[in-house]
Amino acid sequence: MTRVSFDVNGEPHQLELDTRTTLLDALREHLHLTGTKKGCDHGQCGACTVIVDGRRINSCLTLAVMHQGNEITTIEGLGSPEQLHPMQAAFVKHDGYQCGYCTPGQICSAVAVLDEIRAGIPSHVTADLIAPVRLSNAELRERMSGNICRCGAYSNIAEAIGEVAGRSA
Amino acid sequence: MRFEHPATFNPIDQLKVVGRPTSRIEGPLKTTGTAPYAYERHDVVTEQAYGYVVGSAIGKGRINAIDLAAAKAAPGVLAIVTAGNAGKLDKAERNPAPLLGGPEIAHYHQAVAVVVAETFEQARAAAQLVRVDYAPGDGRFDLAASRDKAFTPDPKIGGPADTAVGDFAATFAAAPVQLDATYTTPDQGHAMIEPHASIAAWEGDGLTVWTSNQMIAWGATDLAKTLGIPKENVRLISPYIGGGFGGKLFLRADVLLAALGARAAARPVKVALQRPLMFNNTTHRPATIQRIRIGADRDGKISAIGHESWSGNVKDGEPEVTVNQTRLLYAGANRMTAMRLSELDLAEGNAMRAPGEASGMMALEIAIDELAEKFGMDPIELRIKNDTQVDPEHPERPFSKRQLVECLREGATRFGWSRRNPQTGKVRDGRFLVGFGVAAAFRNNLLTKSAARVRLDRDGRVTVETDMTDIGTGSYTIIGQTAAEMMGVPLDKVVVRLGDSDFPVSCGSGGQWGGNNSTAGVYAACVKLREAIAQKLGFNSAEAVFADDVVRSGNRSVALAQAAGNDGITAEDAIEYGDLAKTYQQSTFGAHFVEVGVDADTAEVRVRRMLAVCAAGRILNPTAARSQVIGAMTMGVGAALMEDLVVDKRHGFFVNHDLAGYEVPVHADIPHQDMFFLDETDPMSSPMKAKGVAELGICGVAAAVANAVYNATGVRVRDYPITLDKLLDRMPDAA
Repeated sequence: MTRVSFDVNGEPHQLELDTRTTLLDALREHLHLTGTKKGCDHGQCGACTVIVDGRRINSCLTLAVMHQGNEITTIEGLGSPEQLHPMQAAFVKHDGYQCGYCTPGQICSAVAVLDEIRAGIPSHVTADLIAPVRLSNAELRERMSGNICRCGAYSNIAEAIGEVAGRSA
Repeated sequence: MRFEHPATFNPIDQLKVVGRPTSRIEGPLKTTGTAPYAYERHDVVTEQAYGYVVGSAIGKGRINAIDLAAAKAAPGVLAIVTAGNAGKLDKAERNPAPLLGGPEIAHYHQAVAVVVAETFEQARAAAQLVRVDYAPGDGRFDLAASRDKAFTPDPKIGGPADTAVGDFAATFAAAPVQLDATYTTPDQGHAMIEPHASIAAWEGDGLTVWTSNQMIAWGATDLAKTLGIPKENVRLISPYIGGGFGGKLFLRADVLLAALGARAAARPVKVALQRPLMFNNTTHRPATIQRIRIGADRDGKISAIGHESWSGNVKDGEPEVTVNQTRLLYAGANRMTAMRLSELDLAEGNAMRAPGEASGMMALEIAIDELAEKFGMDPIELRIKNDTQVDPEHPERPFSKRQLVECLREGATRFGWSRRNPQTGKVRDGRFLVGFGVAAAFRNNLLTKSAARVRLDRDGRVTVETDMTDIGTGSYTIIGQTAAEMMGVPLDKVVVRLGDSDFPVSCGSGGQWGGNNSTAGVYAACVKLREAIAQKLGFNSAEAVFADDVVRSGNRSVALAQAAGNDGITAEDAIEYGDLAKTYQQSTFGAHFVEVGVDADTAEVRVRRMLAVCAAGRILNPTAARSQVIGAMTMGVGAALMEDLVVDKRHGFFVNHDLAGYEVPVHADIPHQDMFFLDETDPMSSPMKAKGVAELGICGVAAAVANAVYNATGVRVRDYPITLDKLLDRMPDAA
């Protein structure tokens, strides 16, 4: 057992954890923040995506004790049913989900993707590494490809992200 | 309520709420991570322990012995359940293979133990210490090799193994134009993102399970049967389901092992199937071999059509009913279908989104494309020429509604089909060869009993309770819309409670029957509630009008809140069906259009455009229905281009049993999708005049992709998925 402390959605938490506990299980099983989903536990589906110090990660692929002092944002930190984050509202408006299980991961990824593009971080499909990254369909789809939606809401998710980004998908 | 005569005008036809594009009422919960799924119910019982499943490491054989000593001694372990210490277990008919294996092993990753510990990490670590001594046996894992030994099954669902009309053999032999081709589809996985998961808690003899299941009544019945306890002692609760696609139709190992683990540990226990277990432990869409023969006259009229299909399954498993659409989709006086089944020792094959038709259309709709090419005829025109408005096997049975031709024509216009070059390999866009493909969509409409309870409260709120499930289909919303329309209240005054075995038994979610039947059940309950309210007020129920939170009759009007009184008014009823499905063939139709680009050098296939036009009765919520169809189109792209559970034929298992090895479409694979519903109501289907739509969307898509790849390259691939290795050596010169 090891002590670790980090902020989740702006609130400090101190936990004493089995060192084998993933960040995902720390959130879900210890802090009862179950908005972050476990789909595969192997970094293959993206349902567990959270934002750590501004960067999105698969929380199933990292141990909780590696996050001493980090600032973690989960889906619960973006908005609430009464006060949706613009990305959450766009997903509702464009029906960018069906069963809802991959949805928190999609939304966390989408929020982080727009930040990555603004920050000029290139992707596999970025043609010009020196020019500002274009907010194209190809860029959005490439960057979101780590988040699987088996219900197949991709076309609607692209519309939702496009709307928040201020362009049509 | 018995539905025996075609629907006439009823309150649903007002379409104030029903039929309008409506955001999902549970959307704010799902998008904020506050909708509770099975494994997350920290709120329902305390002291939850964790179960971790051990799966069989052999595909067939026996367990000689299990050594639990090391695992039992591991930190935190509370109990270990195996077939040896679980007590007597029965087996439900819907589970051909036992959910807890041993000493006989029916298939790879069949559960052989569940290790229960204080924490997930402890349970996982201890599970690695379970030592199983196996005696591997000889298994049968190769469908193609078993084809000659296949037997004639007696399918429980989906029609007889053999059908024949006229003289297929002679007519086909004499036909001036013949097609005889064999197609294969691989095993496919549901790969829903939420794993099968359950929390089980005993209280005396009573067992409550929070789970993820599409068919609550089946699950509760089969859990009770398996445990040998009265059904009244079992309660299943499943308000949110993270995808199912047929994979959560039945009782699965997570439920049983959580219940057994909880009994053994004397604590509530939660179990989620580990992702790498899911593909071999649960069900899958079985592989098929399909031979299609079509004989036609020189003008393109089909005179003989035959469809034979081979599939495999565990003992007592069912065949994949791939031939059904061929019995109904195209005209032709001489017809035959045949299904044969092999016993295989892979995991159980069972329903996955549009079982039967999804695989059948993958073959049939390439065959039609191939036939059209033999005539040099446009494949849309060939389909139109062979349209039928009656059941071809029973011409006295008309289709209740059939707008296949209209779907094809509307789609052709919207897609710009006239720009298709019928010559293959001729259209180039940069490094891509571009092709267009089309396929019909077809899926039957199924009618099944569905019940609901509706309550009007003193605050004017309407609460609907039914054990119906929402697996992403939009059940919450369309049920709410139905109750709102019937009771004359706005949607936000309706509370919908689903997925609880304490509620009246619904049709459940499967076979695209959920939308029409569950809302028809709510309709029936609302009719009863309206009558009860009218009676209480002394109104003539036939004249009472429910609108704007008020019930009116003549010049009297009473607010619903007031009518409810302090105690509220409750009504319960079910929709049950007469013979209209026998008198009329009820099916849903559509047309899929796909544009692909195939890299001229690497043969990588990229889907560039997709359009579906569907005619499926009244569309209760165009927003959710559209999502169902585009989602199905996405899964169809997976079937066409990547999805393939690869069988290790020596050891008997699916090798690529996780989400890295089993590839499904991702964002980058799917372009913007267009979809359009034709205006349709079907009074033969139910008072809702709706039909299924969720599975129609996957039927035909893969063939449309395959036909587009052929149009782009001139390479005809008849073995799915169409991966680049099947194209490369036959591609046109890249120069």
